Amino acid sequence: MLNVENLNVAVADEPILKGLSLQVNAGEVHAIMGPNGSGKSTLANVIAGREGYEITSGSVVFEGQNLLELAPEDRARQGIFLAFQYPVEIPGVNNVYMLKAAVNAIRKHRGDEELDAIDFLKLVREKLKLVEMKEEFLHRPVNVGFSGGEKKRNEILQMALLEPRLAMLDETDSGLDIDALKVVASGVNGLRGKDRAIVLVTHYQRLLDFIVPDHVHVLAGGRVLKSGGKELALELEERGYGWVEQSVSPSAETAL
Amino acid sequence: MSQAVSTAEDYLAAQRLANLPAVGTAWLDIRRNQARSLLEGVGLPTPRQEDWKYTNIRPITRSTFDPVSGSSGWNDQDFLESIQLPGLNSYRLVFADGILVRELSSCDGLPAGVTIASVAEILRADSAKLENLLGSALPTSPHGFTAMNSSFIADGAYLDIGPGIVLDKPVELVFICACAGEDRLGMPRNLIVGRPGSHASVIERYLSVVEARSLTNAVSEVILEEDAQLTHQRITDESSRSFHVGGLFARLGGDSRLDACSITLGGSLVRNDVLVNLDASGATVDLAGLYLARGRCHIDNHTHVVHNSPSARSRELYKGILNDRSRAVFHGRITVQAGAQQTDSEQNNQNLLLSREAEVDTKPQLEIYADDVKCSHGATVGQLDEMAVLYLRSRGIGESQARGILTHAFAGEILERIELDNLRLHLDHCVSHRLSSVERVVS
Ligand SMILES: Nc1ncnc2c1ncn2[C@@H]1O[C@H](COP(=O)(O)OP(=O)(O)OP(=O)(O)O)[C@@H](O)[C@H]1O
Ligand SMILES: [Mg+2]
Repeated sequence: MLNVENLNVAVADEPILKGLSLQVNAGEVHAIMGPNGSGKSTLANVIAGREGYEITSGSVVFEGQNLLELAPEDRARQGIFLAFQYPVEIPGVNNVYMLKAAVNAIRKHRGDEELDAIDFLKLVREKLKLVEMKEEFLHRPVNVGFSGGEKKRNEILQMALLEPRLAMLDETDSGLDIDALKVVASGVNGLRGKDRAIVLVTHYQRLLDFIVPDHVHVLAGGRVLKSGGKELALELEERGYGWVEQSVSPSAETAL
Repeated sequence: MSQAVSTAEDYLAAQRLANLPAVGTAWLDIRRNQARSLLEGVGLPTPRQEDWKYTNIRPITRSTFDPVSGSSGWNDQDFLESIQLPGLNSYRLVFADGILVRELSSCDGLPAGVTIASVAEILRADSAKLENLLGSALPTSPHGFTAMNSSFIADGAYLDIGPGIVLDKPVELVFICACAGEDRLGMPRNLIVGRPGSHASVIERYLSVVEARSLTNAVSEVILEEDAQLTHQRITDESSRSFHVGGLFARLGGDSRLDACSITLGGSLVRNDVLVNLDASGATVDLAGLYLARGRCHIDNHTHVVHNSPSARSRELYKGILNDRSRAVFHGRITVQAGAQQTDSEQNNQNLLLSREAEVDTKPQLEIYADDVKCSHGATVGQLDEMAVLYLRSRGIGESQARGILTHAFAGEILERIELDNLRLHLDHCVSHRLSSVERVVS
C-alpha cells in the first residue's frame, strides 16, 4: 500500500532523513518509535505533503501512485490522513464548518453526493460519541482554547469522519490521560480493516497495549535501524534506544 | 484629451449657482458662508496636508463633478427591490445623488416622538429645529470635502429619536448614485439625534445603479444625549469607478453609547473620516471597520477618538483585506485631554495582504495629556497562516477554498458584531462572494 524507498529529506540543507525505507501493507498496523529529533514527524509530514522539506532523493509510492507529486489535499482525497503532533489553532473557523468542508471535499472527489447540514450533523454526532466529545466542541473555533487532550481527540474525530485508507498518528497518545488514551485506541481500532493501514508514531508502549501493532520500527538518525514484531516495543521500553543504535553501528554515539 | 484639474474654486462657483433650500435663513446663510470661507482657505486636499499624505485625490480632481442640489426625478422601484436586504423590516429613506426620493421612502407606523425626515424639508418648514444641531459635531478644522458639504447642505436624513424611545425597527438610509455617466456629485448631509435614554439602529448604505464614475461626499453627524444608544452601520458598496468621501462625526453625552461599524466593499477611491468626541463621563464608543480592497482601489480610514471627560471608554478594531494592487491607509488617532482621567481606550488595526503588490500604511497616534489612563494600540500587516492553510488542505480541502475559509474567518470577527441577522447574513454573503477565490501569494 505504502512504499517508502531510500528517502532522503533535508531541511535548510541539513539532512534529516537519510535513506529511509518502509513498507506498509493493507491491513497492517505499524508502530514507529525512536529518540527525539530522529525524524519521525518529518517522515509523517513528508507523506502528508507538508511544505518546507527538500526531498533530495528516494520515493514515496501509495497504491502505485507517486505521492510526492500530489498536493496535500489530493493526498487526503486519496485516503492519506495525518493526526498532527501539534494540531493548529484556527481562530474564526468553526470546527463543524471545517469538518463539513473536509468531508464534502472528499465525498465530492469520490463521486459521492455532498452531505447537507442535517445529514452531516447526524454523521458527526455519531462520531462525536465514538471519541466521547461534547457537541459544543463543534461550535468552537478549530482547536482554539482546546486542552492538549481535546486537540488530540479532535484529530481522531476528523480521522473517524474522513475514514482514511492510511492513517498516521504522530504522538497522538502523548499527554493523554488513560481514558483519553482508550478513546484514541478505540477510534483507531474501529478503523482497522483489511483495506486500511495504520502508522503510529509513539514513544510509549502504553498505546501499543491497546492497539497491538504488527510491526515495530526503530527510527534513529534519519533511518530505520531495526524492525521487529510487537515484542520489540517491550524491549525498547526496558532497554531504551542505545543498544539498538550500538548493535547496528558500533561507531554511533549513544543517543539516550 | 484635456486633463482638466478641478479646484475648490470650481465647487465654490457651483455653490453660488445652486438652488439650495432655505436660502435667506440667517443662521444657515452664515454657516454656509463660513463653510465657503473654510473651503476657500484650505482648498481640496493635497498630499502636502498631513492627513492626506498617503491619499492622493488626483483621480477625483481630474474631473469636475456636478453637485446635485435638486431632484433629478429618478425613482427606479425595480432597482430598489433588487438591492433590498431580504427579510429586513425597516423605516427607510432613499436618496438619489443625495436628494430624497419620497416615492421610494417609507416610514409607516413610526412611533410618536420620533422624527425621520428630509433635511431639506425641515430646513424649509422649521429650520430653527436644526440651528443648534447642524454642524455641532463637526471637527473644528474640517478638510476641504467636509467644508464643501457644509457649504451646500441640500438634503439628507434627519433623525430625532425622542427621550426614552426604543425604536422598534432599524432605520435604513439608502444613498444611491443614480445618474449614469454624468460625473454627478451627491452630498448628503445627515443628522442623527438620540435624546436621553433612546435606542436606535441606523444603516447607511451607499450604492450605485450602474458602473459609472461618480463622487459622493457624505457627512453624517451624530449627537447622543445622556444614556442614549445608537448602533450605526455604514456600508459603502458603490461602483468600482466611484469616488467616495464620507464622514461620521459624533459627540457623546454622559453614559451614552455609540457602536459604529463601517464596511467598505467597493469603490475606486474611498476615504472615510470618523471623529468621536466623548464629552461626558460614562460615554462609550465602539468603532469597528472592515475594508476589502481589490484591483487598484484605494481605501483610506481616518479615525479620531477624543476623550474630553473622565471615565469614558473607547474600543476600536479595523480590519482590512487587500488583494491585487490595492492600497489601504489606516490612521487611528486617540486624544486624551487633560483631566480625562480613568480613560480606557484600545485600538487595533489588522491587515491581511493577499497579494505581493498590495500595500497598506497603518499609523496609530496617541496624544495623552492625562496621567491616570489605560490606553493601548496595535497594528499588524500579515499574510494567511500557512500552517492553518496546510492543516485544512491535509483534510482534503482544496487550496483556494482553504484560503477563502481563512480569509473569511479574518473578516468574520467584524461581521459577527452586526446584530441585525438579515444585514449580517447579507454582508457575510457579499464578503464570501468577493473572497470566493483567493489565490496563493508567492512570497
Ligand atoms: N522546519 C524545520 N526547521 C529546522 N529543523 C527542522 C525542521 N523540521 C525538523 N527539523 C529538525 O529535524 C530533526 C527531526 O525532527 P522531527 O520533528 O522529525 O523529529 P521527531 O523524531 O518527530 O522528534 P520528537 O520525538 O521529538 O517528536 C530535528 O532535529 C528537528 O530539529
Ligand atoms: Mg515528532
